[in-house]
Amino acid sequence: MITFKDLVVDVEGKRIINEFNLKVSSGELHVIMGPNGSGKSTIANTIAGHPRYSIKSGDIVYKKELINELSPEERAAMGIFLSLQYPVSIPGVKNIYFLKAAVNSIRKIKNQDEIDTIDFLKMVRGILPLVGLDESFLHRSVNEGFSGGEKKRNEILQMLVLQPDLSVLDETDSGLDIDALKIIAEGIKNYRNDSRSFIIITHYHRMLDFLDPDYIHILIDGKIKLSGGPELAHKLEEKGYSWVREMQNI
Amino acid sequence: MVAVQAFRFNNIMSKDTINKRLDKKYEFGFTTDIEQETLPPGLNEDVIKVISNKKDEPEWLLNWRLNAFKKWKKMSEPSWAKVNYPKINYQEISYFSSPKKKKLKSLDEVDPEILRTYEKLGIPLQEQKMLAGVAVDAVFDSVSIATTFKDDLAKAGVIFCSFSEAVKNHPDLVKKYLGSVVPHTDNFFAALNAAVFSDGSFVYIPKDTKCPMELSTYFRINALNTGQFERTLIIADKGSDVSYLEGCTAPMRDENQLHAAVVELIALDNANIKYSTVQNWYPGDENGKGGIYNFVTKRGLCKGKDSKISWTQVETGSAITWKYPSVILRGDRSIGEFYSVALSNNYQQADTGTKMIHIGNNTKSTIISKGISAGHGQQTYRGEVKIMKNADNARNYSQCDSMLIGDNCGAHTFPYIDVKNKSAQMEHEATTSSIGEEQLFYCAQRGIGEEEAISLIVNGFCRDVFKELPMEFAMEAQQLMEVSLEGSVG
Repeated sequence: MITFKDLVVDVEGKRIINEFNLKVSSGELHVIMGPNGSGKSTIANTIAGHPRYSIKSGDIVYKKELINELSPEERAAMGIFLSLQYPVSIPGVKNIYFLKAAVNSIRKIKNQDEIDTIDFLKMVRGILPLVGLDESFLHRSVNEGFSGGEKKRNEILQMLVLQPDLSVLDETDSGLDIDALKIIAEGIKNYRNDSRSFIIITHYHRMLDFLDPDYIHILIDGKIKLSGGPELAHKLEEKGYSWVREMQNI
Repeated sequence: MVAVQAFRFNNIMSKDTINKRLDKKYEFGFTTDIEQETLPPGLNEDVIKVISNKKDEPEWLLNWRLNAFKKWKKMSEPSWAKVNYPKINYQEISYFSSPKKKKLKSLDEVDPEILRTYEKLGIPLQEQKMLAGVAVDAVFDSVSIATTFKDDLAKAGVIFCSFSEAVKNHPDLVKKYLGSVVPHTDNFFAALNAAVFSDGSFVYIPKDTKCPMELSTYFRINALNTGQFERTLIIADKGSDVSYLEGCTAPMRDENQLHAAVVELIALDNANIKYSTVQNWYPGDENGKGGIYNFVTKRGLCKGKDSKISWTQVETGSAITWKYPSVILRGDRSIGEFYSVALSNNYQQADTGTKMIHIGNNTKSTIISKGISAGHGQQTYRGEVKIMKNADNARNYSQCDSMLIGDNCGAHTFPYIDVKNKSAQMEHEATTSSIGEEQLFYCAQRGIGEEEAISLIVNGFCRDVFKELPMEFAMEAQQLMEVSLEGSVG
């Protein structure tokens, strides 16, 4: 699905990612953990093509295509989705309108006709209960006045509507109570299948317990220092990152 | 209510790519080749007499004009607005221009060339009689051309005609109300208008009548070096209700042209007037050359109890906008509203806002102003809320939001509040925001490209105002914003 080859990324002149290598195949769920400032969000934003993150060297190959130079909207149209750590609000723009604009923009890039409004509404109404939201949510302005939990659920709602192949979730589980966490984990789990891949960035194992991840990677100083199975998340929470540092002699 | 046909800009609103946006030009920049009868430039008593004479006016009106002119000569152009422009030489302007051939009885007699102009503008006058529910009074330069739907309106007892006709056919109403809200000495531009106004629209809604359709006036400046000085007078008698739409365009010219209009609204007991404007005068080119100077005095009087006047404006045109649609809340429990979106791109300057004067008891006013600045545009909100001594329990809510697009534009807010009665409740909110990189990225990540994202964000910003517009007008307004913003982000 996506491969990172010796990726080097600077943010405002500062090196954040240094020789990052990773391969995520179709159907796999990878987790990236790491201490604050290790470059987790930088990886997420770089995949999505945020203009402030500049690739200095290395390649990102997605669906066999080099995407280093592609615009964020082109990447979105290719099926890349990023759930933002801090989703921004757009006052005055209704959630439903934003969702429809997103769906139609992507269809336009793919040379498809606009979606039929009735079909679209039907689809969205079918998805709402999966993220534990009711219809009034669609008529509120995008992320405006949303609680932390609502913002994250809204991100997952968008994911389920846009149906991406690669979903990158940047700390989607942070700041959620246990019920919200379960709902979001269920949403992800139901969406998962053999042709869809996930990169999940998190500090905690608790959502991972619902998700059955394939790999856990530990990012330190912009580089993956350790990879393993789900047990790694528990070990990490028990022993902390110093354990990894000691083990790696950093 | 039937669809509004009068202001279809849709056909020219095709979306260009971002790269092409910088080349986007004003779309209404054509001139019409018709025989004009234009007075030579200059202003003196004789010119005013000629205008009055051409219109066959009664003596009282001529004297009213001359009186205004006398006062005007002693007044000086206001300089308190936050706008810059070279001094206007009022002797270089021609004060009257009209297409030749006059006294029209029906649309068939209108010069086909003029009708073609209206068609280009998207106002199929011919069609409208059958299709649309909009009665349009189209003012071409200084003379009102034709009013559609006159017969239908007459059945309801509604008078909707050009100002000149009203002077002839309804002199008592005109005499009673002309200058009763905006006195002929009110300010420099209002006095100039009173002296030289050439035509405009007149509306009278009789008692307990809901006007059966939206009324609409379309203004266009065509001739070179002419000023346009129209006057609108709307009287809503007791218990009546009317919604009035106003639209404006002008050809592209390198010279600046002056537009100094006066609008007076009078609402008697329980009457309701809704006045909506989409102002798209030529704004000048991307270097700030040319464009209309729009110096307009608009004021409504809630004369009766429980009356209501609501102004909604979308101001995207003009090189300079100087405009403060206001409401005098004299009747007890009367309501005044002002909803405004003003956009300044390139080198446009707008100094606009409102005045709410609370005189009656339990009066209420709402002000929602959205200013958008892009390019080198300068945008000023200037508003005054005045609660007079005897106005018990007055309430005002004001919200002034500014949005900046790019680094070279400016937004300024001057709210004046003058409260002379302690029972008043005042609320004021103001925000300034800019379209941020994170908002654009968020949209882009969801597949929405920059051009569409800006339009989405700006339309969201303006939603509280757009929702006050009649529905078809709201669509127009959104599209107009899109085009006016093109090229604002590189």
